[in-house]
Order: sequence, then C-alpha cells, then structure tokens
Amino acid sequence: MSAQHHRLPRIRRAMSLTAAAATVVLLAAGCSGGTGTDDSYGFPAVEQVPDSPITIWVDADRTAIVEAFQEDHPEIPVNIETYDGNSGGSDSFHTKISLFDQAGEGWPDVVWSTQVNDASWAAREQNGVQAFAAALDQGVIDQEWLDGYTANALDPVTVDGHVYGVRDNLAPVVFWYNKALFDEFGYEIPETWEDYQALGDKLAAEHPGYILGSIGDPFTAVLTNMWSAQAPIYTVDGDTFSADFSDDHTTRMIDLMDHMFANGTLAIEGLFTADFPAAYKDKVLGIPGPTWFTGAIIQNPDILDAPAGTWGAGYPLHWEGEDIATGNVGGGFWYGSSHSKNLEAVGAFLQYAVSGPRSVELITGLPAYESTASEWLDVQASSGYWANSDTFKDVVSTGASNIWQGWGATLAFSSEPAWAEIVAPALASGGTIASVVDEWQTKYENDAQVNGYTVK
Amino acid sequence: MGRQRVAKRPRSRNRAQTLIGYLFSSGYGVLLLVFGVLPMAYALYLSLTKAGQFVGLDNFVKILGDFRFFPAVQHVAIFVAIWVVSLIVLVVVLALIVHAVRVRWLSSTTRFLFYIPGAFAGSAGVMLWLFLLDPSVSPVSVVLGQFGFTSFIQTVAQPNLPVIFTVIAFWTGAGGWIIIMFGALNNISQEIMEAARIDGAGPIKTAWYIQIPLLRKWIAYMAVISLAFGSQLFVEPKILSLASRGVVPKDYSLNQLAYLIAFGPQGDFNGSAAISILLLVVAMALAAFFVFKGGLFERD
Repeated sequence: MSAQHHRLPRIRRAMSLTAAAATVVLLAAGCSGGTGTDDSYGFPAVEQVPDSPITIWVDADRTAIVEAFQEDHPEIPVNIETYDGNSGGSDSFHTKISLFDQAGEGWPDVVWSTQVNDASWAAREQNGVQAFAAALDQGVIDQEWLDGYTANALDPVTVDGHVYGVRDNLAPVVFWYNKALFDEFGYEIPETWEDYQALGDKLAAEHPGYILGSIGDPFTAVLTNMWSAQAPIYTVDGDTFSADFSDDHTTRMIDLMDHMFANGTLAIEGLFTADFPAAYKDKVLGIPGPTWFTGAIIQNPDILDAPAGTWGAGYPLHWEGEDIATGNVGGGFWYGSSHSKNLEAVGAFLQYAVSGPRSVELITGLPAYESTASEWLDVQASSGYWANSDTFKDVVSTGASNIWQGWGATLAFSSEPAWAEIVAPALASGGTIASVVDEWQTKYENDAQVNGYTVK
Repeated sequence: MGRQRVAKRPRSRNRAQTLIGYLFSSGYGVLLLVFGVLPMAYALYLSLTKAGQFVGLDNFVKILGDFRFFPAVQHVAIFVAIWVVSLIVLVVVLALIVHAVRVRWLSSTTRFLFYIPGAFAGSAGVMLWLFLLDPSVSPVSVVLGQFGFTSFIQTVAQPNLPVIFTVIAFWTGAGGWIIIMFGALNNISQEIMEAARIDGAGPIKTAWYIQIPLLRKWIAYMAVISLAFGSQLFVEPKILSLASRGVVPKDYSLNQLAYLIAFGPQGDFNGSAAISILLLVVAMALAAFFVFKGGLFERD
C-alpha cells in the first residue's frame, strides 16, 4: 500500500462521519444514556489516579473561567497553562499534540481551542497514536447533560456518533446597526441583502464616508457574507468536496460585495487593525457580523466603543423571497484528553466551563449550552445597552437556529486563507472579486485534494 | 608543524597535542552528531517509511504531487538567487570601500554600524521591518509611496516578497560578512598591494585583479553559508504571514511547507521529512559546487 492510499480512507471516513453527525448523535443520544461497560469510558484510558492534578491549556481570555473553577472546586488541583488558544489559524494545538504523540507523553488534560474544525484530527488516530480527544459521551460526561445543548451545536465535534468536545459559544451572524445613525439619516433597517445593497447606494450618495461593513478580513467576507448568502463554495458531502462558484447565491453575493466595495460602503480595512477605528469609529452605520461582535467590536473601547442605547441587533440578512439563513463565525471548544489520568476531574471541568454558575458572566458571545444561553440573553436584553432590548433575544435566537448547514464547517482545511492570499491583494491593487474567482476556486479544490477529498 | 620537527620533541608531547586537538573539536563534534547528523538520519528514516513500514519513495512521490510544492520551490529559488548574488556583490564592494578608507575612526565607525543590525535576532529584525513596510506607520512611507504602495497588503504582495526578504536578510546578515571580508582584505600582504601600486594599478584595477581573486575562498565560503541559510527561509515569511493576516501564505517557503505538512491538517511527519531530505540534497549539491569551484578545501 502506498502512503497515499493508506491515508485517504481514514480521512474520507472522517468526513462522512462528521457530515452525518447531526442525525446520528441525536438518534444515539436518545438510547445510549450511560453505557458504562467493561471499559468505563469507551476508549482505552490509562489507569486513573483519583485527585491527580489536571493541566488545562487556555488562552488569556478564557483564563478567568479556569480560575473560577479553582475557587469553586479547591478539591481538584489544576495547572493553568496559557497558550494562544489556537487562534488565527496558528495550529499550535495540533502542532503541540503531534509532538507529544511522537514523544508518547506530556499531553495536557484539557485544551481550549477557538477553531471549529479540530475534531477533524483530534478525534482520530494520528501517526499510529490513539486519538487525542476523549470521547465524552460514554462515561466522562452524562448524556443527560450533553442533551442540554442547543440543536446542532455539537455537530463539529461529533465523529462516529460520539462527542469529542464541548462547545463554549455559538456565533451566528446577525445584522448589527447603529440605531442613532439610522434615525439621524432617516433610513430603515435592511432585512434582505437586496435592501442592504440599495441602502449602500443611498448611503454612498447622501453620506459618503460612512460604511455598512468591511471585507478586510476573511471572517467577514467569507464566513459572514458568503456563508450567510448560502454560497455553495465550500461544501462537503461524504468524502466529496465541491465549490460551486457559478451558483447564483455565490455570484449574487460576489456582485454585491464588488458593488459596495466600489461605492465605498464596504471597507477594506480589517476590523482589528489600527486603521479601522481610525477611519470609521463613528462612521459604521451597520455591519453584518457574529454575536461576539457585542464585546469584541461594538463595546470594545479600542474599536467602536459605542455608548449604551445606540446600537441594536437586526434579524440576519437574507435573499428576498428566501428563508432566513445565516453564517457562523467561530465558536470555541474545550477538549478533554484521552490520555488523562483523571477523567472525572476533566468531565467536571468541561461541564463547569460551559454551564457552571460563572459561565453566564464569563463566556463572551452567545453561550452554546441552552440554559446558559437563555440566561445570557436575558442579561443582555435587560442590560439596557441594546437599542432593541425587546427584540434582542429573539433576533439572536433566530440567528442561532437558522445557521445554514450547507457550509463545510468541519472540513479539515480552512475556507479563510484563500480570501487573504488571493482576493484581498486583488482588491488592494484595484481589482475585483469577480476577476479572481477562478483562482479562489482552484485554491479550495487544491486544498481539498491534498487533504484527501474527492473534488467534484 | 615545522617547528616540531626541528625541535624533535619526544612523542608524548605530540600525543598531548593531538589529544588537546580532539578535546577542542569534541564539543563541536558531539553537538554536530546530536543536533545535525542524528536528526538527518531520523529524517531519512521517516522519509522512507510510513507508520514504521518501509514504503520506498512513496513519500517523495506524494510531496512532488502536492500543489504547494513547486510554488514553494520557485519562491525559495528566486529569493536565494536574488539574495546570494546581491549579497556577494554588495558585501565585496562595501568591504573594499571600507578597507580603502584611510581615516581610521571613519572606517571603524562604519564597520560598527554595518554590524549592529546583525545583533537583532531574526524574528526581532522582522518585527522592525513590519513597521517599515506598513505605509500607515512607516517612517519611510514616502519611499513606499514612490513604488505605489499605499497599504501593507500591497507592499507584501507575493511578487515583492523575494526582494523584501533579500532586503531584510541583507540588513541583518551583511554586516557580519563585511567585517569578515575586511579581515580577509587585511590579510593580503602589503608587498603585493605595494607591487600593484608601483605597476600603476588604481584602486579599481587592484580590487579586480588582486584583491577579489585573493578573496575567492572567502566569497565561496559566504556563498555556501548563505545558500544554506537562504534555502531554509522560514522566520521571515512566517511572521509576515501572521502580520498580514494571511496575505503572505503559510506555505510560502519550503521549510514552511514542511512544517505545515507535519503539523497542519495532514499531520504527516513522513511527507515533511521527505521535503527536508530534498532540501538537504539540493543544498548539499549547491554547496559542493561552491566548495569545489571556490577551492575551499585547497591548501595554499
């Protein structure tokens, strides 16, 4: 067997499994409750040492919840190790685990990751070493507790019908708007992409310099706009990948972005660059974006720093005559290690992190665990910060329950680099998105091919 | 050596010297073995196996079929070509100029200034260049503007990268080489220089017919070391990739690709090892060319 042939089936299996995840897990969930057979965790766990310390890898933002756990559970010794949270495609989670796999020791017990697709490698055997992520639904955590998740929230970590991680937050895209500016200009909040584009024309003519969003980052251009537009450019079906750039959902969104970039109502500056607030701090009329925009962009003192009562959340933009569907930007997951010597403590921490007493306060963005989410939304709605306190909860819930499922969120490669490498430079040098669509498509297809998918 | 024979010292002294020689080189030898030769052997083993099974050249075939491989080869080749040529030309010219400066304080000050950037670690140097290359914060944004660059994304567009990396590498590395060349120029005996002057050679003719030929070994040495360094391009594109939020791809250079294949979605240590073996073979072949052409192992 050649090396190539050796690898492919495993990856293919992974794909079909994750794709079928939703149905399988829901069915399995109903009848599995506590399958504590001989192997009490459902995988070859090492000999358990009660009360042994657990090591938790976490990014700076999430350290607070680990410290809260230490306070509330002094009986469980915890070592906190801060790392970059695997953010921005750094792959540090995968890098380090691969090295520990080679060394055969040194794995942390719990890892936080801001990426959505880690289960594509963490839930399966790598280079002959048992999958890093522990299956959680066969004894580490009660099925009953897992059932408390918002529908589909655990899809990205469900492989082979088993759950390999717990989700921290959901990030459905809604339309954030500056109500004060809308009132001042006398505009109506757009509901469809068509309204949005028409509003852009009006804004460019009447108030040049104001914007309705940014396409400077892959997460706004690709995950927010292309995904919300239901563009089938990053689709997986079993082991088959396809990128349809001629579908009219795709072309309409590309035309919309080209049009609004040309008239200046979409900015090219990335939201987290110093240039963005310098140019647009008080000039953002509205922006489609995920729920974590609340703290990270709108309330962030370094970016928009909006005063209370000025901003609100509108229903996700959608195509006229079609149902509401929206994108999702990130999420964040906790994984337990299958090499841990104290899986009981690991299970306790994972539950504490997403549904414990401090989770509502410490999770940034919309929590993925249903009861935490409900409380979080109540807190947000009653905070008096949002201009639409009455509809805020419904808007965000609508987004959360209408994430378009056609986007290959669990593909082993990311949809974002293609935008950064190909489209952003083209726009910066005066070109259009439409002019580099072929290169964009080729990049996805090449990525799919080297990762073991069949390209259709 | 000659003196020993004249002195006809007893053999014990000779042996002691040999022993001390081994002692001195043992530090290097051990480190070379542990961090150079053994990893190389391990990489060779990995590149020919898959999950412990011997698979012949399968890993190499797979790597050669990877769509990212040839662009990465091309990127590195263009960078190395531009860099090694410009390094040789500029370092030799600058060393000759500094050597020709007769004002003592001026000569030593210039050498010191040339050397300073070399004191930055590679990554710290790149961080500094991030500021210089971003027109919105760069003190030399006027210069960038002359080239039509108004945003960082434009500055770090892929076609500009070999030149940018050359400038960065030159800035960090050339100073040390200038000082080495300066030392080599000092070694050229005064009599030869004197003779050239009496024969009526001006500074340019002296440089072309006397100094540069005598620097041949040093230049070959610089080329070998720079080739090895250049073909392993990693830190510069890696940091630019992070800073440009992906405009510079994560798989720009061969070393980055090797890293990505081992630690990216594929988690393929064997394929990664295959790339490093290919890189090793090419770098050794080029080094051998310079070693033999430059007469590095010839004795005077």
